[in-house]
Amino acid sequence: MKNLFRISIFIILVVCFHNKSFAAEKVEYLKTDWSFKGLFGKFDRGALQRGYQVYTEVCASCHSMKYLSYRNLAEKGGPEFTEAQAKVIAASFEVKDGPNADGEMFTRPGKLSDKFVMPYENVKAAQAANGGAYPPDMSVLVKARGGGVDYIYSLLQGYEDPPADIKLDDGVYYNKFMYGNKIKMANQLSDGLVEYADGTNSTVEQMSKDVTTFLMWAAEPHLESRHQMGFKAILYLIILTILVYFSMKRIWSRIETEV
Amino acid sequence: MSDHEYTPKSKVGKWFNDRLPLLTLANHLTDYPTPKNLNYWWTFGGILTFCLITQIVTGLVLAMHYIAHADMAFDSVEHIMRDVNYGWLIRYIHANGASMFFLAVYIHIFRSLFYGSYKSPREIIWIIGIIIYLLMMAAAFMGYVLPWGQMSFWGATVITNLFSAIPLVGEGIVTWLWGGYSVDNPTLTRFFTLHYLIPFLILGLVVLHIWALHVPGNNNPVGIDIQKPSKDTVPFHPYIVIKDGFALLMFMIVFAFFVFYTPNILGHADNYIEADPLVTPAHIVPEWYLLPFYAILRSVPDKLLGVVAMLSAILILAALPWLDTSKIRSAVFRPLYRQFYWILVIDVLILGYVGAMPAEGLYLLIARVATAYYFLHFLVILPVLGFKEKTLPIPLSITEPVLGGSPNFATARNKESFTNK
Repeated sequence: MKNLFRISIFIILVVCFHNKSFAAEKVEYLKTDWSFKGLFGKFDRGALQRGYQVYTEVCASCHSMKYLSYRNLAEKGGPEFTEAQAKVIAASFEVKDGPNADGEMFTRPGKLSDKFVMPYENVKAAQAANGGAYPPDMSVLVKARGGGVDYIYSLLQGYEDPPADIKLDDGVYYNKFMYGNKIKMANQLSDGLVEYADGTNSTVEQMSKDVTTFLMWAAEPHLESRHQMGFKAILYLIILTILVYFSMKRIWSRIETEV
Repeated sequence: MSDHEYTPKSKVGKWFNDRLPLLTLANHLTDYPTPKNLNYWWTFGGILTFCLITQIVTGLVLAMHYIAHADMAFDSVEHIMRDVNYGWLIRYIHANGASMFFLAVYIHIFRSLFYGSYKSPREIIWIIGIIIYLLMMAAAFMGYVLPWGQMSFWGATVITNLFSAIPLVGEGIVTWLWGGYSVDNPTLTRFFTLHYLIPFLILGLVVLHIWALHVPGNNNPVGIDIQKPSKDTVPFHPYIVIKDGFALLMFMIVFAFFVFYTPNILGHADNYIEADPLVTPAHIVPEWYLLPFYAILRSVPDKLLGVVAMLSAILILAALPWLDTSKIRSAVFRPLYRQFYWILVIDVLILGYVGAMPAEGLYLLIARVATAYYFLHFLVILPVLGFKEKTLPIPLSITEPVLGGSPNFATARNKESFTNK
């Protein structure tokens, strides 16, 4: 026990040392309350719907979301648009389909079962249109970045004029949260850019939060059921553990020793 | 084995058992005399069996939905996460299950080191264990490649490239392993095949591991040979079954917490970026459980010698029963070894830590010192200690310390409880 104690002290020291030695080069991300964190964390439905609006009106002109389908927008645990709304959203996109009986490709209005329409035909086309930088697919973007939601949320608000000693090339912008501070995406958000359907005031902060929430859902569409199931599973395990503990005590009491 | 003769009660049972003695085996397993002073560090054998079965079962389901193709692997994993019913649950159990498996195996190995469970007559159990551990590392490494993310791809590139350090044939071996001139689709398909195969090899070795264990019987915290069955032992069922079950449930609570609340914390964010042979990640790091060996590899400036050092760090364990010259098994009665044991634990933790850091400056220096100490421990300290150390008096039976106090490790190591008799 004493040794276990010593080891834990050591581990704590190492962790503290680690955080301290890297605090200097690590940027503090902007903080906000995420409704989906914690044991019972759930998405804020309004934020998801607004976030979708920001995505589709702003981000989607460059960023694809190839793993999402329009039907997902109406599924439980997501933005939960009604099925009719999701159908209207899907139909507002032109989807390339085919070949038809004549061997021709054709376009038709989107259906619920279609994947989100991509802004570019392929990665090369995306690069060509964006000065050589590929706007990453956003389906799992939150999970593919070290800082997760805090990082994305901060990045969207992190545009600044560069310090005097930094010279930026054409098409490169300064962002204090970007790794290396140089980013090829220009600042996209400005106050009032999106007119929210629910009347929420669309500040940059609000839009950043909404779209980040939407991206979190896009990356983890089953987060809500995961949290719900997790709570039940752990509660069940704890109760069973307690029962088994007393059974064990009872069984071991038959012999003159302790467990 | 000190099994008593067993005859099934029913006629059918007897008829069957005479032809295939499964019932004798079942009887042996339930009655198996187990030292009654085993502490909770001994429950990790059962926990590891659970981990293996969990990995195999979840792995089977994943394999039904996964597509082992460089163009489709990443997509198929997202398909599992989004559209397969409870696919997210199965995948998160499998991914975190690997970490849990290693957590348990490290506790299991360090328990052996503390209580001298690798010593005569248990050398074969120990060596089989080391082979299982090696296979686990191979399985885990190949499994990490399957999602075909950036860390998958670059991890595979770095590790397979280690073979190029072999003189003369190295390059040829690497090309042969890859099935081409870089990590690509042929590499992925063979890794998938091997990742599917290895768990069953492990399962077979686990059977041998347990079989070999049941010949001399369990070691115990006091580390002495005991009469079996005797008042020092309890039948495996129900005593050990319920205790292992209790420990397993505690373990499952931790496991469930990771799966349901922080399923990605043990993985690297870069693995959610699809593999791109043209973009190298800033830092290529293996999974946490391979970090100590990664640190040893990088602490040696020469590539070939680095690989040799890394492999030796694992294989040296197989020679442990002969490197440790002490006749006393349990560290409870070895005051000096106990100190060195904890230094080794800290040394390995340091290696793990620097393994995650860039190999430069202070980190590299620390890695070198820690690597040197690792080998010093096994090659110098252990052999010498066996001759020099003044050990404490050991009890004649388990019941002796039991009557003198408690069989728990904390009180059992209190020397008075053995010597005042």
